[in-house]
Formats: sequence, structure tokens, C-alpha cells
Amino acid sequence: MSVPQYRKAAALALVAGLGLSLAACSTKSDEPAKDASGKVTITVDCQPVGAQKELLKNWNDDVAEFQKQNPNIVIKSVSVGEQCNNPPDFTARLAGGTVTDVFYGYMTDLQQVLDSGQAMDITEYATKDTIPTWDSVDPALKEVFTDGGKLYAVPVKNYSMGLVYNKVLFQRAGLDANNPPKTWAEVRDAAKKIAALGNGIAGYSEYSAGNTGGWHFTSLLYSQGGRVLTEDGKKADFNNAMGKQVLQNLKDMRYGDNSMGSRQLLQWGDLLTNAGAGKVGMFIGAPDTTQAIVSQFQGKFQDWAMAPLPGQDGPAKGTLGGGEGYFFKKGLTPEQVKAGLKWIAYQKLTPGKGQFDYVRAKPQNYPVGLPQPLLFANGSDAQKQELELRKANANVDTANFAIFEANPVPIKGEPRNAQAIYAVLDAAMSGVLTNPNANIDALLKTAEDKVNQVLSTAS
Amino acid sequence: MAITTVPGTTRQPGRFPTPHPPGSRRTSLGRKVRDNLSGHAFLIGAVACFAVFSWYPMIRGVVMSFQRTRRGETTWVGWDNYARIVADPSFWTAWKNTFYFTFLALVLGYAVPFFVAILLNEFRHAKGYLRILVYLPVMLPPASALFLFKFYAYDPSEAGLFNAVLAALHLPTSEWMQSPRMTMPAMVLASTWMNMGSAVLIYLAALQNIPGDLYEAAELDGAGIWRRIRHVTIPQTRLILALLAMMQIVATMQLFIEPLILANGAGTGDSATSVAYLIYQHGFFQNDLNGAAALGVIMLVVLAGFSAGYLRLTAKQD
Repeated sequence: MSVPQYRKAAALALVAGLGLSLAACSTKSDEPAKDASGKVTITVDCQPVGAQKELLKNWNDDVAEFQKQNPNIVIKSVSVGEQCNNPPDFTARLAGGTVTDVFYGYMTDLQQVLDSGQAMDITEYATKDTIPTWDSVDPALKEVFTDGGKLYAVPVKNYSMGLVYNKVLFQRAGLDANNPPKTWAEVRDAAKKIAALGNGIAGYSEYSAGNTGGWHFTSLLYSQGGRVLTEDGKKADFNNAMGKQVLQNLKDMRYGDNSMGSRQLLQWGDLLTNAGAGKVGMFIGAPDTTQAIVSQFQGKFQDWAMAPLPGQDGPAKGTLGGGEGYFFKKGLTPEQVKAGLKWIAYQKLTPGKGQFDYVRAKPQNYPVGLPQPLLFANGSDAQKQELELRKANANVDTANFAIFEANPVPIKGEPRNAQAIYAVLDAAMSGVLTNPNANIDALLKTAEDKVNQVLSTAS
Repeated sequence: MAITTVPGTTRQPGRFPTPHPPGSRRTSLGRKVRDNLSGHAFLIGAVACFAVFSWYPMIRGVVMSFQRTRRGETTWVGWDNYARIVADPSFWTAWKNTFYFTFLALVLGYAVPFFVAILLNEFRHAKGYLRILVYLPVMLPPASALFLFKFYAYDPSEAGLFNAVLAALHLPTSEWMQSPRMTMPAMVLASTWMNMGSAVLIYLAALQNIPGDLYEAAELDGAGIWRRIRHVTIPQTRLILALLAMMQIVATMQLFIEPLILANGAGTGDSATSVAYLIYQHGFFQNDLNGAAALGVIMLVVLAGFSAGYLRLTAKQD
């Protein structure tokens, strides 16, 4: 072959290769809904990542067992990161149409998922036939994933926030770990004493970046009796005395008492890293934050306890409740939807199986006995079974959560377009936590204008 | 008979092929394509890459900026997205921050590499070693470099590297990224450290092209180092300086990773919000991809202005 012919052959190979690469980039699923042998295949995300060895093994064992019990269903697991729903990644997958057939989302994601046109109405499929415990699932949680009378996701986890505190630091600071603060004034006093221990310990710590600041602002506002949006959900409703009180409490602790540590602009992993290192006395969170502190941030279960969310002058008037569920991608066949629901029923909604396999979890480094997830309605059969199993296999001292469980605070859901609103409210939180001269009125006014704009965009 | 280009022959300058008579065009075109098959094939690869990964997303972005997608339905909304983006309270702050960063980056990030290059050029020994040392930060992934700054240099407590140095010198410490006043200078400092290696090497190459006899003549005329820089070095590297300035403006105006990592996003209030970060915020946090596209188009227009200047300069160089 002459040199020019070599060049031509190389060029043609290049073009052919490029064409093949582009074809390979196509987002169209390669998996047929049903193969020649009649098996139904579904892709499911939120498989634990490699670093979560025990959780990953549990998941894979569950898949193997489920497929054994349902030989006509093939589960293709996809891992999308440790957090499963990092908002930017989630948005990219939705916009790019690359979500799995059955995909994980927060309760706050319904609006975004609907806007993307990716969600399937599963109302007619979600029944006792596909999910045996369906009637026991808390109706309030089903409502969160319902729009216009249509159900778009199956709830698989639910939480409410309280005051998480480090018992060891309480004892070192001369505080009674069995009598945690009940009001924000008491939190302030305790934070001062804990911060006085020095060595970079923050008495109270708070988020102010990556949407987590806005998320916690909402919970703190609920504790004051406030709400983020007006009743009709069309306007911001936090630029008032209650919103100001939330920011004033934080500003007083940060700059009045210097009890919140010098490092701010914290987001989820930052705060929990500090907590795991024993540098945080108190913060607000859900019961499973202790799990993250232990399994991901090298903390110890026995150091942590939980109390109800404090209120301004007495018990909190409300606390934020949230959770997660699984959506179904538009265009699935009825067989695929039923297969997906069966899988969720097996792995997420059956006492003694999957996430409720407490016998399996007990010897592992994951807590059994936390007052979570609150998936089943009070008094329902599934709730009773789950509670019995949880008590019988508890591997954490349930007394650490007794005060939290014994003093329930009314749970309020997250606002519509929550993630967009949280992103805006981050600025108000970071404002008071990083600027001693922050003007609270101005911060709230700016946030109010921006939230109103977000709402007008969404409507 | 049609005159066609014979492969391998050299076309005479200033002479053009005679127009083909009707009927022979197809044959001629086919032969031309055949003659240059490998050239065209290689071109298709490049064009396809640009088309798929650059031009299509840009066109799609412009189209999306005039649309709105709700409930999976896309409708045309005219200039609504632009009006909404401009009304965003962070819009002007983001532009102000971006221009401020660009200005600081020009003052610090542009001048420092130039003087470092002059300094390196003056060294007689260990030149290669010093060049590697200066270029080393460029090889570090930007995210890693910025995390180093975030956790070790800009820690607001006295444990932070910079604060420890300042405290040792009995100077007031800073909250760095948590201080609205320091946010931008701190980002420019980190960015300059990360990126200056490449600029230093380009300047060095330009400096080494300056004929030595110009410096000798200047020295004979009694010029000191500053006068030599002013009257020899700067005029001789003027074009490179101008080109790098233009490229730096275009690059720094796309400020994104610094606020994302150093300030966890918007920073204190909106002190770190850049235009590119605002695009990201609208697109990925506010469920507003159309608004993000509109802001992207606005940014494209502004950068196109600077790029036009850049192209004019490169045309002059040619």
C-alpha cells in the first residue's frame, strides 16, 4: 500500500471510529424492557458506592435474593454517589434524560421531576398487589409525592429534625447530658460553656452553604412557628419577626458569644467532619446524622444523643420533616413498573428485609434502634412489626433518643421548590455567620425578593 | 477540455483555475473530493467534534434561552427569560464581582508572571529547575490546588497557614474567604498561584527572542535595569503582552471553580458569586435551565466582544 493509501485508510478508520463513538454516546437505553426469554429488566439507582462496603454487600445480596424469588425480573443497579441525590448531578441527569428506570429523589424534588417531564404516573400500579405493606405506609408521605391526584413516587424514608448533641462535650463543660436545652436561650448558654473548652470546639454549629443553610433556616423558622411561604405558596413569608429572630439567635451566638467556631460557610460534610472529630457540641439534624458521623466521619455512636428541636420561649412550634422516595421514568412498560414496585417493596418497605433487615445490620457498623424512618402509619401492622424488630436488634443505646421520641414536635413539610429556595436562603445564613455587621433586615429583604422571583419563575 | 488541477503539480501564485464548462462540474467535483479524500476525512473528524461538542450546545443554548419547559412541555416565551435574569437581585452583583476579579487578576495575575519571567531570564544558573518549580502548580489539578488553599492557607483560625504567618509577624489576621472584603483578592491570589506557570513560560520564550545586542546597546547608553525593562523588554514583547491580556480577560471572566471550591458557592452573602456561578445556580439549583441559558447567552455576547479584540490582535500578528 502506498503512503497516500495508508493516509486514506487511516482517515476512513478515524471517521468510522468517530461515528461509532458518537453512536455509543447515545443516551438511549441499551436494555430492552423484555428479553427473548421473557425477563423484565429495570435499572435502579442509589446502589451504595464501593467505599460503603457493608451497605454495598447488603444491596447486592438483596438483589440476588430478590432475583431468586422473582426469576423473571432482572435488576441492573447503578451507583450515583454516596449521597444519591447531589442536586447538581440530579438536575443534570434529569435534564439529560439519563435517570435510571426507577430513580431516587428527595421529597422536595417532585416539582423539578414533573417539570423535566421524566416522571410517570404510577397511581394505578401502587397497590397491595405490588407492595404488600402499601396500606400501612403513612398517607401523609404518599401525599408528598402526589400532584393533581396522581402518585409519582413511592416514599422509602422519612425523618424529622431535632437537636443532636455530643454527650461527652456536655459532661466536660459541666452540663447535664440528660437535660439538654429546650429553648434557644438555653442552647446559647450551653454553647457558650462548650466553646469555653477551647481547642477549636464550637458550642453550636450551623450550615450556610450548598443549600444546607436554607434547609436549616427553614427548620429553625418552623421552631419559631413561622413558615417559608404563604398559605397559597405564591409568596415568601419569612421576612418577619420570626425570620429575624432565627438570624438574630445565630448572630448572637456567632459574634456575641463567639461560640460557633471560626470556620463558617459549612455544608453537610464540613459540619459532620467537625462533629466526627469531636469539635461540635450541638447542631440540628435528623436521627440518621449520627449514622453518617459514625460510618463516614469516624465518630462514635455512644457520644451522641438527641433532643427535640428547641423553641424560642418553650417547646418548638414545629420542626422540619423530609425524606426520600423512588420515581419511575416515563415510558416504562406496565411490567417494568410492576417489577420496580416489587423491588422497592422488597428492599425498602418490608419489615425484616432490605433496609429493615435489622438482624443483618446489628453486627455491622450501622445503627439499629434510631427513631427513624417513620415510614409506616402509627398503629399499622407494618409499624408494629418494624418496631418489634428494631427493639429486639438495637445496637445503639435507645436511651440516647428517648427524649427526642418522648417529646414529639409537630412536623411540617418542606416548601414547594425547596431546593431553589434553600439556595437563596444560604446567603442570609452565611451573611449573619460571617459578617459581624450583617444587616438582618437587608439580608431577609434580599432573600424575600429572590424567593418571590424563584416562585414567579416556577409558576 | 476542462482544466483541472493535477495532483502533485504546484499551482502558480496569482493564477486561478479556469471556470469549468457546464456538464463537467460533477466529474470535476468528484475528482476534487477523491483527490483530497484523506484531507476531507480528517476534516470531518474535527468538524464533527466541534459541531457536536461546541456549536450544537451553543445553538441549543441560544434556542433554550427563548423557551420555557414546564411539565415536560416546551413553549416559546420571547425575551421573558432575559428579563427575569436581569431582574435577579444577584445579576448585577455577579457582573460586578466578575469584573472586579478580572481587574484584580489583570493587576496581579498578569503583572506577576511577567516580572517572574524577567527574573528567571536574568538567572544564569538552575534555569530549568526554576522553570519546573514555577510550572509545578499548573500540573496540580485545580480542585486539589484550591482545596489546599481552602483548608490550609485560608483557614480563618490562627491554625491557617497565612494567619499563622501574619500572627508571627504581629500583623492582623484575616477571615479570608469569610470576609466579603477579602473574598475576591483571596480568590485572585489562589488563581494566580495556580495558573501563572504557563504565562511565565510564554513570557520567557518571548524574552529569549529579544536580540541581546538591544540590551547591550541600552547598557552602553547607561540604562539601568528598570529603563532596560521599560525601553527594551516591554516594547519587544508588546504583542505577546497584549495577546495574553486578552486571553486572560476571557479566561478570568469565566470565573467558576474558585467560588465553587473556595467559597462553597456564593460565599458570604453574594461576595463570591460570579456570572458563571450564577448560571450554574439557576441551571442546577433553581430548576431554571432556560434562565441559565439566557445568562449564558448574555455572557457569550460580552466575551465575544473581548474575543473580537483578541482576533484583531492575532490578525495583526499574522
